[in-house]
Amino acid sequence: MTTGAEALRLEGIHKAFGSFVALQAIDLVVPEGELVCFLGPSGCGKTTLLRIIAGLETQTSGRVIQQGRDVSHAPPSARDYGIVFQSYALFPNLTVRANIAYGLVNRRKARAEIEARVAELLKLVGLPDAGPKYPSQLSGGQQQRIALARALATAPSLLLLDEPLSALDAKERERLRGEIRALQRRLRVTTVMVTHDQEEALSMSDHVVVMNHGVIDQVGTPLDVYERPATPFVADFLGKVNVLHGVCTGEGRYRVGQVELETQANGVPSGASVRLYLRPEDRVLPDAGPVESMPNALTGRVRTLDFLGTYCLASMDVDGFDGQRMLVYFSLNQVQALGVKEGARLPFALRGDRVRIFAAPGA
Amino acid sequence: MSTTAERAFAAPVRRRWGEALAARGGIVLVASALLVFLTLPLAMLLMRSVEDRGGAFVGLANFASYLASPAFARSATNTLAFAGLTTLFTVPLAFGFAYAIQRSCIPWKGVWRNIALIPILAPSMLAALSFIYLFGNQGWLKVALGWVGLTSVYGLPGMVLSMTFASFPHAVMIVLAGLSLSDARLYEAADALGTSEWRKFLTITLPGARYGLISAAMVVFTMAVSEFGVPKVIGGNYNVLAIDIYKQVIGQQNFQVGAVVGLLLLLPVLAAFLVDWAVRRKQQALMTARSVPYRARPARGRDGLLLAFVIVMSAAMLLVIGMAVFGSFVKVWPYNLEFTLRHYTYGFEEAGVDQAYRNSLVMATWCAFAGAALTFLGAYWLEKTRGANVLRPVIQLQAMMPMAVPGLVLGIGYILFFNHPANPLGFLYGTMTILVLSTIIHFYSSSHLTAVTALKGLDGEFEAVSASLKVPFYKTLWRVTIPVCLPSIIDISRYYFVNAMTTISAVVFLYSPKSMLASISIVQLDEAGNVGSASAMATLIVATSAVVTLLSFAAEGWLLRRTQGWRTLSR
Repeated sequence: MTTGAEALRLEGIHKAFGSFVALQAIDLVVPEGELVCFLGPSGCGKTTLLRIIAGLETQTSGRVIQQGRDVSHAPPSARDYGIVFQSYALFPNLTVRANIAYGLVNRRKARAEIEARVAELLKLVGLPDAGPKYPSQLSGGQQQRIALARALATAPSLLLLDEPLSALDAKERERLRGEIRALQRRLRVTTVMVTHDQEEALSMSDHVVVMNHGVIDQVGTPLDVYERPATPFVADFLGKVNVLHGVCTGEGRYRVGQVELETQANGVPSGASVRLYLRPEDRVLPDAGPVESMPNALTGRVRTLDFLGTYCLASMDVDGFDGQRMLVYFSLNQVQALGVKEGARLPFALRGDRVRIFAAPGA
Repeated sequence: MSTTAERAFAAPVRRRWGEALAARGGIVLVASALLVFLTLPLAMLLMRSVEDRGGAFVGLANFASYLASPAFARSATNTLAFAGLTTLFTVPLAFGFAYAIQRSCIPWKGVWRNIALIPILAPSMLAALSFIYLFGNQGWLKVALGWVGLTSVYGLPGMVLSMTFASFPHAVMIVLAGLSLSDARLYEAADALGTSEWRKFLTITLPGARYGLISAAMVVFTMAVSEFGVPKVIGGNYNVLAIDIYKQVIGQQNFQVGAVVGLLLLLPVLAAFLVDWAVRRKQQALMTARSVPYRARPARGRDGLLLAFVIVMSAAMLLVIGMAVFGSFVKVWPYNLEFTLRHYTYGFEEAGVDQAYRNSLVMATWCAFAGAALTFLGAYWLEKTRGANVLRPVIQLQAMMPMAVPGLVLGIGYILFFNHPANPLGFLYGTMTILVLSTIIHFYSSSHLTAVTALKGLDGEFEAVSASLKVPFYKTLWRVTIPVCLPSIIDISRYYFVNAMTTISAVVFLYSPKSMLASISIVQLDEAGNVGSASAMATLIVATSAVVTLLSFAAEGWLLRRTQGWRTLSR
């Protein structure tokens, strides 16, 4: 992350609960105006890290520097951020207007000024008429927007979102994803979001921070982490991936079963036992031209075919792979055009430029 | 960046160490209050039990000499017989009653339920007085005693009857809660397999209710073991440990032996408390989120039988209450049934207890307001603030302790602690304040649990959101936490009031002639042979508790309608 000034810097954050190490050696810089996602499975420490940024947990060691100010040991009220929780935590006995004005009333602002600000925020989140209602009268998505408006009301320099969409149904979640991102871009407010939903992270963020077992595995743009995963965990956690057992036979060449594959992954010593990571979509199919003459041409038989809506996912027995199966994507058109069905034999080629090589575990 | 207009609303980032200090200070305050008014008095009790009259350490000599006395053996077996029989009577009756309400289609369930709860409003001595009216030497139903082979109601029979009445509502409430945790799916599965009603009852209902039954048994047993009023009024010569303590401490000023008996009394209660605690923990795992509550379908035979049972029980309870009330308004039971108010006027004056009722009102009101405020704030500090983590488990433990400490034991602890010449808090001794404080502590556990449950029901992030908005925690406490928890706070208030009106066990050691309470005066009036005035005092207590309970329900309803419209709103 290079662009712009830094809004937030974490240095060597370490957190232990008794003997359990929740976070270790976390170093991270969040640039001004970006939306950064902490992504990982439950228990990876992403929420703990967010709560440390918010001052709701205290790190065992390490520093939190916000806008150049060391807030490592400042209580939450002495830090500058707005926060939206998974549960929204809207005050049930206060109207939407009073909820949004909650942090403003304390600022000795004129009533009219506060009213105007509340109206502005309600308009911003697309609920201009919700003011007199109580939270229980709103849908989950509407409550979520109000929580966002309340967090933004005091114009914080940092917005923290803790799994903000996970309590919503799929449609509502998708819509709010776009809305939050648009709002964030418009206000250019630095935002840190925690999620376990990879689609959410990839579609919304400027940068994704992939976490596992209390450490950061990779930081990168959504495209980076998807196409060039730094660790097997990242490759496996984001999207689907084939893991093939192989042995290096020379520069960029790997043998899987009886087949030798050409890749652009160099620098592995000959004879090393490796794992080849390749996504189901990284293949060339005969509808794009004859594949038999391409590098890494293979033939396989479709064992099972799962219909997943916009595409199908086939599990294939590949000739010469010695029983290692591969998942391959087909669009619905390709399924028809190529006559893909269970039992069908089919030529295809693998994209060597997309193969990622990792050392075999224990090797 | 934000626009300039927006920046005008930006947070003035200030360090609020004061707030953090207030949060920690609150915790320290709660911990020290519980220490001074609960733990230290009990520790004092422990110390005195191993000292002689002169204050020299004598080890377990006091225990040895007391345990060796034949009086102890008698009191101990009597206490166990009394508590055991009461439990054997109360729990099955309560189960039948609760089963009828929860698992049948009898009409007017609300009415029966409320009748079953009436004894809570009465001092336990009221039942004893009623049973004396009914079965005593001049009893109206004395002949019925012969049918079951008894010669006199005084002693064990009267005690068990009275205690069954007094503990019945507590058992019913626990069993009701246990029965409400039922999964209809189990019954549907059994039906699909063609299971008989009786087998379903044995294989699904009873196992499902067993934790509730054990819990109810432990509560009833505990109440009986530490009961003082009932044996005093109807026990005759049937000595129990609670009476021994009273005689040793008040009669002979023998604090050492009093402390010994108090500690011995603590044993069975502590055992019951631990069993109950273990059982409750298991019960929480019984229901899953997928369970569907069971709804009874009409079954004529079963419903008819249960309705008959419920009517008989309710009638019996109304008879017991009604008997004492009636007795308080007639000249000389059972010879002259003319209406009179002299038990309420002349009777009180003659015994010098005409201030007692007023004192009780004052004390109960203090307990209701101060108790609810202290308990709720204590629970709030424990649940919703951060920091001072070492003290939290200490507070939690202390908050649950009063449940396992009989009032008599607490009372002696208070005498020993606050009457100690070196105690700077000694000025409290004999005042109304100490009565209020001891009563709040005595009933702290249940109130604390009610407050904790209410607070746990709130979103755990309110405080975090407030902090992020730079709103100090006390503003959120005032604007959100208290309003949302108000119904529970009123419940706590009512609980304190009613218990302060009816309690006797701790305060009987702590009152002074000036702070004589209504409940204690019942014992005194009864001892002086003035059963009519004793009943009059008991009637006043029941009436007051009932009125205040109704008023608090009305207030709760009014508040809910007026300020808490948000609760009932839906989209």
